[in-house]
Amino acid sequence: MSFLANASAFRPSRLVRSALLASVVALSGLAAAPVDAQEIRAVMHSGIRVLDPVITTAHITRNHGYMIYDTLLGMDENLKPQPQMASWSVSDDGLSYTFTLREGLKWHDGAPVTSADAVASLKRWGQRDGGAQMMFKSVESLEPTDDKTFVLKLSEPFSYVLELMAKPSGLPTFIMPERVASTPPGESITDYTGSGPFKFVEAEFEPGVRAVYDKNEDYVPRDEPPSWTAGGKVVNVDRVTWVVMPDVQTAVNAINGGEIDFLEQTPIDLLPLLQANPDLTVEVLSPLGYQTMARLNWLNPPFDNVKIRQAAMTALGQEPILAALVGNPDYMKSCGSMYGCGTPFATDAGSEPIMSGPQPDKAKAMLEEAGYDGTPIVLMQPTDVPSIAPQPVVAAQLLRQAGFTVDMQPMDWQTLVTRRASQAPVAEGGWNMFFTNWIIPEVWSPINNPMLNGGGKEAAWFGWPNDPELDEMRTKFAQANDEETRKTIAADIQAHAFEVVNYIPVGEYTIPSTSRDTLSGMLKMPVPVFWSVEKSGN
Amino acid sequence: MLAYIARRILASVPVMIVVALFVFLLLRLTPGDPAAIIAGDMATPAQLDQIRQSLGLNEPLVTQFVTWSGQLLSGDFGRSLISRTPVLTLIGQRLEPTLSLAIVTMIITLVLSIPMGVLAAWRHGSLTDSAVMAVSVLGFSIPVFVTGYIFIQIFAIDLRIFPVQGFKSISEGFWPFFSRIFLPALTLATIYIALIARMTRAAMLDVLGEDYVRTARAKGLSERVVLFRHALRNAAVPILTVVGTGFALMISGVVVTESVFNIPGLGRLTVDAILARDYPVIQALILLTSGIYVVINLLIDISYAFMDPRIRY
Repeated sequence: MSFLANASAFRPSRLVRSALLASVVALSGLAAAPVDAQEIRAVMHSGIRVLDPVITTAHITRNHGYMIYDTLLGMDENLKPQPQMASWSVSDDGLSYTFTLREGLKWHDGAPVTSADAVASLKRWGQRDGGAQMMFKSVESLEPTDDKTFVLKLSEPFSYVLELMAKPSGLPTFIMPERVASTPPGESITDYTGSGPFKFVEAEFEPGVRAVYDKNEDYVPRDEPPSWTAGGKVVNVDRVTWVVMPDVQTAVNAINGGEIDFLEQTPIDLLPLLQANPDLTVEVLSPLGYQTMARLNWLNPPFDNVKIRQAAMTALGQEPILAALVGNPDYMKSCGSMYGCGTPFATDAGSEPIMSGPQPDKAKAMLEEAGYDGTPIVLMQPTDVPSIAPQPVVAAQLLRQAGFTVDMQPMDWQTLVTRRASQAPVAEGGWNMFFTNWIIPEVWSPINNPMLNGGGKEAAWFGWPNDPELDEMRTKFAQANDEETRKTIAADIQAHAFEVVNYIPVGEYTIPSTSRDTLSGMLKMPVPVFWSVEKSGN
Repeated sequence: MLAYIARRILASVPVMIVVALFVFLLLRLTPGDPAAIIAGDMATPAQLDQIRQSLGLNEPLVTQFVTWSGQLLSGDFGRSLISRTPVLTLIGQRLEPTLSLAIVTMIITLVLSIPMGVLAAWRHGSLTDSAVMAVSVLGFSIPVFVTGYIFIQIFAIDLRIFPVQGFKSISEGFWPFFSRIFLPALTLATIYIALIARMTRAAMLDVLGEDYVRTARAKGLSERVVLFRHALRNAAVPILTVVGTGFALMISGVVVTESVFNIPGLGRLTVDAILARDYPVIQALILLTSGIYVVINLLIDISYAFMDPRIRY
């Protein structure tokens, strides 16, 4: 009652006047007076949630890493390591690497980058990256000698040091301040101070919605022209905003309508909607593309038997799987190399069983010879990831045609990644087979390729091949000093890996990107980066 | 009335406790591992275990529940396991888009559906009635994403009146806000218009046959006064129930509409959190949703007393 009695104090005329005034202010746009900065609005392949590019190998977090951090070395388009933050010299015996940081390197908070920062970052990287872990087994010491210089000493030859430090994907060597790099490797960092060409705008970060990067005005780029992750990282825009759009049709509509400037991954089936627009450019920025592959579990029957693994590979073929996955021949190709086609170590060695296409009769005979007893193969199918969902469906049919009993189990990707970590028998939550994809730089050498690790239950990747012979060959590869020897060993490793069916590559594909014609200078490389890009207008 | 409200609020406490316990256990029994999402494709089992350890996921369930409950009681909903952002910050970021969408949808719905329902009941059996019912059936039957894409094609791509997607806060100006929220709200409203128009029509038909309506007409009151002051007010109780639960449903998230129009609301946050098994975020969202339902049901019950003087608490 008292509320009603006082209500007359709110005279309608005053209320109306206030509302009108507020509306006029809002309509005139005075309420939000944005400064017209030159901004690239990009829809990346997924939203970023994990901000630590060392704890995760997620590509979106790697891309974030390239925005705000710099790398010690870069890799050019000829796949050669080049100086980026540091130059280097190697002792005559190949056991000592001296790195010298270049002038002008500064953290986003203004402090200089020191060799102690680089050493701490390399040590954290060495605990997470598979190739780096292998390298660090041969490292005797890694210490700064002064503010600008540090030395890596090896206890035994390991000639792949520079290639590992320069690799563009997997876990690149993002350099962080020492205080950040001292975070335990199993714990995410919470301080996002980098020294890269962009600064992360943490205040505007909304996980699953958007991430914002402002130009780092203090960044001093190298003088050389850009080439992959090497050369000068010259930023020509004020801001880059990654907008998350969970619906690809919405993203396609948005770039068609000029609401975004760049769409990292264009779905092949929606290409006609974009190719008809003269204001858009659709092109493959990463011609090396992706490798799609099947992994078998060596721990559980029937794939604990090499002959049955060989029969499975003989039953499969690349063409039918690629046709279901991609469909458009412009964006897919068969490839018999575990290292990806068009890479320095590409070879066909040992690939005949998978490159001959599905051979159900031969596979059937092999199964009979192996004494296959009809044990069902639990094939995990992630229904929520379009780039991995079709492969198991085709594979299941091909395997059945060859006489396998297949139990294809649909599940979401999150359930799959949890279950694939299980080393238990199938009846207790284990598994037999799944598919996944890699970008080619993640598999292009025996050291980088995570599958080619024969460390068994303790050290190998999911599927856990126990293959000491493979690991010996990898060590020889890492110790080889010349390119020809490396190529020979890489071919031997691949032949061996196909022989024991370490994993089954089932083809390669590329994904086109779309950009509005207001953008120019996008670099063609395996990682989408925003240096060198220019934008006309806002 | 105050004693009733206090009783209802107290009664909601055990409900929330049961929800909290149920959600906690259900999530832990669901297959999935946040560490695997964080680590990416290359992680080895040992590395996954390292992450689980640092997130406290290796602790016994009882310990995890006690820790979480203790945090809750001190108003701390924890941090996202994936992004390490405080859960309340994440929810806070998504509240404005969700509330904006719900409120604008409800305004469009009420402005259109109640007159439609009243008109259909008033002209019961006529062509108008059939037309209103046909529109309702259509609005109800077409999936919301289809309606959304049709509106985008017409109003955003062909006519270029509104943007295709996105959300702008009202603090950035009325037109930037309205131009982005209108199409999703209209899309969502098609379902609620259909529902509430039908409900209004049915409730009005019941009431229009009552003696007091005949008496009102006999007194010579105008049809407008009979319909809106006498009949509609008495038909309001079931309509309010549908409006209230519909509003609660919208606040707890409308994933498809949010995805089609790229509105960063609570629905998308919920789906993302579930896909990533981001336990603290899912737990907080379900608690929040339960809380919203408790409050809205309470408000609906209280509003009955204002609409129908016979109802007393």
